[in-house]
Amino acid sequence: MKSIWSLLKRDLVLAWRQGGGVGTAFGFFLTVIVLLPLGIGPDAGVLQRIAPGGLWIALLLSVLLSADRIYQADYDDGSLELMTLGTMPLEIVAAIKSLAHWLTSGLPLAIAAPLLGFLLNLDTSLVWPLMGAMVLGSIGLSFLAGLGAAVTVGLRRGGLLVSLLVLPLYVPVLIFGISAGGAGTAGPDVTTAAFMVLFAITLVILVVAPFGSGAALRAYMR
Amino acid sequence: MFSDLDFSVAAGGMLILRGPNGAGKTSLLRVIAGLNDVVDGDLQLEGGIKGEPVSGNCQFIAHQDAFKPALTVFENLQFWSDYFGGGDVQLALEAFSLEALASFSAGLLSAGQKRRLALGRLAMIERPIWLLDEPTVGLDAASVKQLQTLMAKHLAGGGMIIATTHIDLGMKDAKVLDFADLGVSGAGVAA
Repeated sequence: MKSIWSLLKRDLVLAWRQGGGVGTAFGFFLTVIVLLPLGIGPDAGVLQRIAPGGLWIALLLSVLLSADRIYQADYDDGSLELMTLGTMPLEIVAAIKSLAHWLTSGLPLAIAAPLLGFLLNLDTSLVWPLMGAMVLGSIGLSFLAGLGAAVTVGLRRGGLLVSLLVLPLYVPVLIFGISAGGAGTAGPDVTTAAFMVLFAITLVILVVAPFGSGAALRAYMR
Repeated sequence: MFSDLDFSVAAGGMLILRGPNGAGKTSLLRVIAGLNDVVDGDLQLEGGIKGEPVSGNCQFIAHQDAFKPALTVFENLQFWSDYFGGGDVQLALEAFSLEALASFSAGLLSAGQKRRLALGRLAMIERPIWLLDEPTVGLDAASVKQLQTLMAKHLAGGGMIIATTHIDLGMKDAKVLDFADLGVSGAGVAA
């Protein structure tokens, strides 16, 4: 238990001090949201229609942008090897590091996104449902990013490969995330159902991704 | 990598691995630490920490120091101490005279100081088997002495040490396993 805490705390402190992860993801997110209305044009109706989708896609890409940092530094400086000698299985290490990634990039973005949605003329009634769906969905996104990062950790410039590997897996989260956010659906029934499916998808990812990551990391260290 | 290797180390014993670069000394340490697979053969530990595989009984000082430049010396040691289930950071600082550097960022340390920081883990985390890969690289004479004191204490307490080294660590009664005698050529590539 102590080792779980120490690892989570270390990763959060590192993210905070280095600033790279959070800052880059947030800066990128802000850039997309600010540029989107400039690119689309000032039609308030059009902007309102695409706002939830635009926010989701910006969130997704921002999370992906910081994905390859999850294991890279620990792999390069030998920390990961040392961690295998601990009593904690690598699967748990992977889960904690993905959780730290979520806390430092997915979660703050998911909370900020609907608020920044005012730049896109987001329907005010959608702010809370969208925030809920994004907070939930971004957990899945971070854990999938962790899986992608683990599979490519030993490769130089694995960033491109992470995107290619993870992008198809992001599709279900995106589709159900948008419906669960209440945008473009028939009514509250559909929204609730989509939310449930999003919840289920996230749970599956939470269980499967750490095992995949653990196996991949172990394979790289052989 | 290598074959026909047979060795044993008793509690309180030390084994020194010698041989040309690329002979497989590091690979052998990694096999014991569970980082590389044994293709054919067997690795056994009698006694040790209950319910733990061999690797769970080991401390591995590898080439890489495994420290974060963004954390202070103290925070780095504290993390590894907590990760391995507790240990007194003060012991690690004292063992290699790092007390004065405790609040400095680990990124500011010189190569030798980083090495001392890595070796400090030996003093604070209790594991019966020490695997040391060229532990003296970058160390000054005083620090080598401190390392010798620490090793002697560990052996006296019934621990084991398996180390690769090119210099004389000055440990009496240490067994030597020379990879050159095994007919392993220096042509191998370290994994």
